[in-house]
Parts: sequence; structure tokens; C-alpha cells
Amino acid sequence: MSLGTFLIMRHELLLIAAALLVLIAEIFWNPDKKSSISLFSIVLLGIITIIGFLPSPAGSLFGGMYISSGTRLIMKNILNIGVLLVFIQSFTWLKKEENSEKISEYFLLLISTLVGMNFMISAGHFLIFYIGIELATIPIAALSAFDRYKNKSAEAGIKLILSSALSSGVLLYGLSMIYGTTGTLYFSEVATHFGNHSLQILGFIFFFSGMAFKISIVPFHLWTADVYEGSPVNITSYLSVISKGAAVFILMIILFTVFPVIMATWQKTIFVTSILTMTIGNLFAIRQQNLKRFLAFSSISQAGYILLGLIGGNQLGMASVIYYILVYIFSNLGAFGVVIAISNATGKENIDDYNGLYQTNPNLSLIMTLALFSLAGIPPVAGFFGKFFLFTAAAQKGFFFLVLIAVLNTIISLFYYLLVVKAMFINKSEKPISMFKSDFSTRFALGICVAGIVVTGFASIIFEVIRNLSFGV
Amino acid sequence: MDILSLFVVIPVLTITAILLLKDTRQVRLVSAFGMGLQLLMAASLVFLYLTARHAGNNDEMLFIKDYLWFKSLNIHYAVGVDGISVAMIMLTSLVVFAGIFASWEVEFLRKEFFISLILLASGVFGFFISIDLFTMFLFYELAVIPMYLLIGIWGTGPKEYSAMKLTLMLMGGSALLLVGLLGIYFNSSPDGNRLTFNILEISKVVIPLPDQRIFFPLTFVGFGVLGALFPFHTWSPDGHASAPTAVSMLHAGVLMKLGGYGAFRVAIFLMPEAAHELSWIFIILTSISIVYGAFGAIAQKDLKYINAYSSISHCGLVLFAVLMMNQTAMNGAIIQMISHGLMTALFFALIGMIYGRTHTRMIYEMGGLMKIVPFLSVCYVIAGLASLGLPGLSGFVAEMTIFVGAFQHPELFYRIVTILAVSSIVITAVYILRVIAILLLGPTTNEHFEHLPDAKWFEKISVVTLIGSVAAIGLAPFWLSTMIGTSLHPIIEKIIALNPF
Repeated sequence: MSLGTFLIMRHELLLIAAALLVLIAEIFWNPDKKSSISLFSIVLLGIITIIGFLPSPAGSLFGGMYISSGTRLIMKNILNIGVLLVFIQSFTWLKKEENSEKISEYFLLLISTLVGMNFMISAGHFLIFYIGIELATIPIAALSAFDRYKNKSAEAGIKLILSSALSSGVLLYGLSMIYGTTGTLYFSEVATHFGNHSLQILGFIFFFSGMAFKISIVPFHLWTADVYEGSPVNITSYLSVISKGAAVFILMIILFTVFPVIMATWQKTIFVTSILTMTIGNLFAIRQQNLKRFLAFSSISQAGYILLGLIGGNQLGMASVIYYILVYIFSNLGAFGVVIAISNATGKENIDDYNGLYQTNPNLSLIMTLALFSLAGIPPVAGFFGKFFLFTAAAQKGFFFLVLIAVLNTIISLFYYLLVVKAMFINKSEKPISMFKSDFSTRFALGICVAGIVVTGFASIIFEVIRNLSFGV
Repeated sequence: MDILSLFVVIPVLTITAILLLKDTRQVRLVSAFGMGLQLLMAASLVFLYLTARHAGNNDEMLFIKDYLWFKSLNIHYAVGVDGISVAMIMLTSLVVFAGIFASWEVEFLRKEFFISLILLASGVFGFFISIDLFTMFLFYELAVIPMYLLIGIWGTGPKEYSAMKLTLMLMGGSALLLVGLLGIYFNSSPDGNRLTFNILEISKVVIPLPDQRIFFPLTFVGFGVLGALFPFHTWSPDGHASAPTAVSMLHAGVLMKLGGYGAFRVAIFLMPEAAHELSWIFIILTSISIVYGAFGAIAQKDLKYINAYSSISHCGLVLFAVLMMNQTAMNGAIIQMISHGLMTALFFALIGMIYGRTHTRMIYEMGGLMKIVPFLSVCYVIAGLASLGLPGLSGFVAEMTIFVGAFQHPELFYRIVTILAVSSIVITAVYILRVIAILLLGPTTNEHFEHLPDAKWFEKISVVTLIGSVAAIGLAPFWLSTMIGTSLHPIIEKIIALNPF
């Protein structure tokens, strides 16, 4: 193995280098200008994101434990874009007095999780997959507890670490059964040795439950709302978009490549969990007052829609899931971007606080509306195309009933998204949030989100590229 | 740039222009200019269309343009028109044009109001020019969603409730529709070729009957919600009553026609077998709509509610006629769509103008308006007479054609429902004449009203445009019915091939 073949791992190597660079930079940086470390990290990740799009060889390393292919690369690139947006959105927040001590830690931890996700997506062996998933989860728990003087934040951290430990346990238990019955942990070999043996099915169910924790699929969603509410907003947005997206990606790869034999089984599992996830996520979201909790439940229901792309096990399904995650990154980060901007400026996070926002901050209201419409799947923004393709993918395999449930759920979701729109545009308020001008980084990140929301749908080339890289069972 | 896409591009450009304006006073001028241009375009489209037909072009759709959009799913941006869509485009541009002038005095957030209104219009135009189901659906939803803000912000009464109810019910309809469209799409190529969303191509294949039985009701009800099909009509009275004038005009005048048009262009045209098999269910429902809507209108005291219920009755008639599935009745259905669109827009415009003066819509609080605002009152009488089907105005032509067509069916069932539906004419006369008597005739009941001004110039433009069109159709319906008739041929042929009765 020559040194050149290591370039297959380009994404991971670059990110590790970036993490180290940020650490070293902190030592030598002028302590008075700590906040410019943020800028440094953003630029670093920006460069890595761009490099990620350069053509790269596909192949495998370490005897097939690490696999790189066009599909996996585009998944990593999508995650890079998302994390970059989160970085930019955190800029203002990190300038606050109480965070000045912890700037480089923040970036270090986030980059580590991204490394973990990249390894997870590139896994060709359950061991690498497991290491990746842990590396992607544990730093997040530290980040959830980032506001260490807030009880809720500490609570969120401990809740996240406990529930993810439990889910890892469940996952490992499932993997041990898979190992016990097949005698291997390599994806390709498990696939050939897998059958309809009941112990293997049990192993799969445990594995799926473990993943369901990460994606917060009902009935494994209970940790979501509390963690989302307690964490700092930036981390909430990270959890709801990036973590979820990465977990969906790897679940999809594993379902399609490792478990095609028991497709009938996982289709039933997904059918039930998808309906539950959409419906329960939506019904709970209606009652929420805190916007972070609101978006938490909305993101649970979004996971339900995403499962529609998995159920068919078809190429179109994989393409629509990857595409939808991209759209979802822009839309959800757009919505969170507005919440972050307002939270930074005023500390307000409730829907009632947004009453009359359009009168004072028209641009933020418009962006929020656009993002929410995209989440609800209203044309002409990208969310419409994303949902349409997900539904088409499920319909292609004849799951018309599931599609019907899903579209009816989008109506419920439209109801609560419109409640926010109503607060901003229609409701009157005695003391609306006063007019403020957000700084450049916030506006820049929101600008990218808006551009993404508008362009991703119309530019069919994006979908076509993704589709050509996708595969079915 | 092809001529049809201009119908979407011009509204978008108008919106951009409005966005760039600094001075809010110019907003309405720009809107009027943009929509005036649109009206001219529509007129020239009618002209171009008729010329092309005279020149012997017998294609089903004219001016077809097709751009590949999503290659892997074979989604196109495809536009094309036949006589029916040309007529609908003409209707839309007339109503939008009149609507701009009817909302001349909107003060609150004027810029946003006109942007939402024109956005809605561009959705409607896009819907009528599309021949690809995907783009059609996209424009359909685009037309519905600005409604929420238009009613919620600028409406009156329980506007938030009505706006939410209307939006959710219409989106619920589009949810059913989406499933129906996907069902059509995955059956669009039985012999294993590429699947397609193109209406013309799908119409050449026969979708298997078991699938049709599932997807026809979904599609029909999906469109039917927008066409105020009983029992999914409940959004209509609340929505219309709370909406600002121009929005009521556009909504009752044009948007409800999307339902009728879609039901006939997509549901019946593409799935005629199931349509024929299941039509009796929907004929019963639409008959209920017709009669119930008319009775509902009698019981109301609020002018807008009266009109909303009358719209349910009239739009029910459209779906009723479409389901009769013969040349005459379908011809009548299209004329009824146009006629009702103009008439009801006229009604809502006048109600808005009267409300703007008296600040009440309750008929018993007003009286003797004929002496105070003669212009508006006379126009109201004309609108009323058109609505109850007086010969010489558009309503007569439409309803006459529909009932003749419906009665052509020899079976007893069709005869009975037709007789039931015909009874609505009498009921319509009751509520129209009652309103005219209470509202316009008799002594002036409220002395505060005695010095109200009559219509201003912009209101006159709005009203005269609509009355002129109503009278034009009433007096010279032949050009409209020829235009529609030739375009109906392919559809009728397809139906007759199935079940020559």
C-alpha cells in the first residue's frame, strides 16, 4: 500500500489536520484576539469543503474496512456544507463574553464529530462503523452542556450521553448477534451469510433500534425534545440536521448493502415506524411554544418522511434521501439561523415573542417563512421537490397508502408552520422584538441558506448528479 | 421565450419591479400596468389561437413548448393550450385586472398585498398553461399558499380562523391529488417505456381499471375540494367572507375554476373508464352542492356569505356538467366556469365597494341604496340577473347548455338529478331578488348613508370590464362555444369510444 492510496481518505485526513491546527493555533494565538480563531476555523473548513468536491478516486483501505465511493463522497460533502453553515452561524454567539474561553474547544469538538461521521459513512466493517458513530456522538454531549452555568444545558448533556450510551448498548447487542450468526463483521461478508434466521432478524431489530435512537425515530425519540431545548441553539441545529443526516446516510447504506436479503422485514419495520414518527412528531409539534422544542418535534416528523425514501430500497429512494437531506440542511439551518439571530440579539425563543416580527424585522421574517415553507414542502422552494421525490420513490414500489399518510401529515405540519408565520405576519404585539441589525456572519449564513432553498429545487442538475451516484438494492 | 411562458414571466417581472420600488404609491400603478399587459397578451393569445385554428391547425394543443427538467424522472416543463385553456387564461387576466383596480385603496402593507396577489395570479396562469402534471401541480400549490397571507393579513372578521381553514382544506385536497398524480404517473406506460407526466402522452394509454378505481376518486376529490364539492365545501363561505375584495374576486372567480378545470382535464380525461363507472357517486354529491348551496344562500344575511353559497351552487353545476360526459354538457361546463368567474368577481367587487362605503355587509342594515349609489346598484342588479340566468347575459347561455346536455342522457337517474339541479334556478332567483329588494329598493333606512359617494373612476374600470365581458358572452356565445367545442372533440371521442350510450 503506497502513500498515495491514503488519499482515498482525503476527507478524514484533512479534517483531523484541521482539528490539530485549531488546537495548535489556540496555543500561539494572541489571547486578546481569541475570537479570530473562529474565523480561522471557518476558513479552514471552507477550504476543506471545496477540496472535498474535487474528483477523488474510489476504493477501499485496510482490507475493506474503509470504503470510499462516489455516493459516500457526496454524502460527506453534503455534511461538510452543513457543518460549515453551523460554524458560520456560531460566529456571533462565540464572541460572547462567557464563551471566549472555549472557542477552540467548540471547533475541535465539532470537527471531531464530523470526522466520526465521515468514518461512519465510509465504513465497510461494523467496527469502523461503531467507532465512527461513537466519535460522532460523545463530543456532542459535551457540546450540549456547553452553557455550563445553565441547568438545562447540563441536563441536556447528561440526557444525551445516557441515551446514546443506551442506544450504543442496544446497537452493540444487535451487532454481537449478527457476528455470532455470521462469524464476520465485514459488510460484504455479512451480506452473503445473512438469511432469515430468527436470531439474525433479532440482531437486525436491535441494530435498527440503536440507529433509531440516533435518528430519533418514534418510539426512540423521547430524548430529543429535552436535549434540543437545553442545548445552545447552534448545537440544537447541529443535532437536528447534521447528526440526523449522517445517521440516515449510514443506515441507508447498511440497509441497502448489508441487509438486502431481509428486505421484506425491514420494509415492514420502516412502514410502521415511519407512520408513527411522522404522526407523533407532528401532533406533538402543534403544542410547542418554545421554538427549539417546536423545531425538535418538526425534525422528528421530518425523519418520518425521510424513511419513505428508504422503504423502497430503490435507486430513486437513495437519490431522494440524499437530495432531501441536502434540502433539509438548507431549510432547517435557515429556520435555526433566524432563531439564533433573534436569540443572540434578544434572548427570546418563544413563538409568542415573534408576534409582529414582520413589522420590525421584515427580512428575518421572510427568511423564516421561506425556510418553514421549504420544510412544509410548499412550491416553488426546494422542500417541495425534496418531498415530491421522496413520495415518488415510495410510490414507485407501490407504497401508495404510506404516501397518502405522509401527504396528510404534511397538512398537519403545514398547520403548525403556519402558526409561526401567523405570529410573524398577522398577530399584533404590544412589545414586538425591536429592530436590530444582525452582523455579517449571520447574514452571510442566512444568505447561503436562502440561495440553497431557492436554487436546489429548480436546478435539476443537482438531483441528477445525486441520482447517478445512487444505487438500489 | 415562447408566448405561453410569458404568462408566468410577466407576473414574476411585475413582482420584481414592485420589490424594487421605493415609493409605495407607485405600487398599484406598476401592478395595473403589469396586469394590463397581461390582459393584452391574453387578448392576443385568443387572436393567435383563432388564427391558427382557421389556418387548419387541428392539433390537440397549440403553441407547445417542452423543456426537459428532471431527466431521470422524465419531468418536463411543458406548456400548451387548447381552446379551453385559452378561454380560462382570458378569464383569469380579466379578473386579475379588475381585481387590481378593486383593491386600489389598500393602505396597509400595500406592497406586500400586491405582491401576494400577483404571485397567486402567476400560479393560476401557470396552472392553465401546463400540460405536464408535475408543473401543473407545482403551480396549483403555488396558487393556494399566498391565500393564507392575503386573507390572514388583509381580511376582515374571523380572518385567522378562515385563512387557516381555507389553506388547510385546500392543501388537504392537493395532498389527495398528489397521490392520484403519482398513481397516474406510475401507470403511464404499461408496456414498459419511460414513465411520463405529460397529459397528451398519458391520454394515449389506457390505465388499468383497478388502478383507475383507486386513483380517479383521489384525483377528482383532490380537485373537487377546490371546486367546492359537497361535503368539502366548508372552507368556501368562511374563506370568501373573510377575504379582502380582490382576493374574494380572484378566489371565487378563478381559483375555484382550477378545481373544475383540473377535474375535467386530469381526472376525467385521463381516467374515463373509472369516471364513467363512479360518476353516479359524484353526480349525487354535486347535485347536493347545487341545491344545498342555493338554499344556503337564502338563509344568509351577510352579502359575502350569500355570494359564497351561491358560488358553491354554481361551481357544483360545473362539476355536475363535467360528470355528464357528453359534448353539450361539457361545453356548458366550460362556459359556466367562465361565466361564473366573471359574474362572481363582479359580485364580490361590488360588495367590496358597498362595504367600503357603508361598513356593513348585513343586508338588513342597509336599504334603498339605489337612490344613493345608483351606478353601483345598477351594476349589482345586472350581476344578479346574470346570476339567475337572464337571457342576454352569460349565465343563461351556460346553464341552458348544461341542462340540455344533462337531459340528453336517456337513463332515469340522470333525468331525475337534472330536474333536481334545474330547480336551483328558481331558488337562485329567490335569493337574488330578495337581496335586490332589501338592499337596493325601498326607502333609505339609515340616514348616515344618504351622502355616500358613488363609484370612483378606478372602481368603474373594474366593474365595467367585468360587465362588458358578461354581456359579450351572453350576446355572442358562439365564438366561445366554437373555441371550446373544437377542443372538446378529442376528449369526447375518447369517452364515446368507451361507452356509446
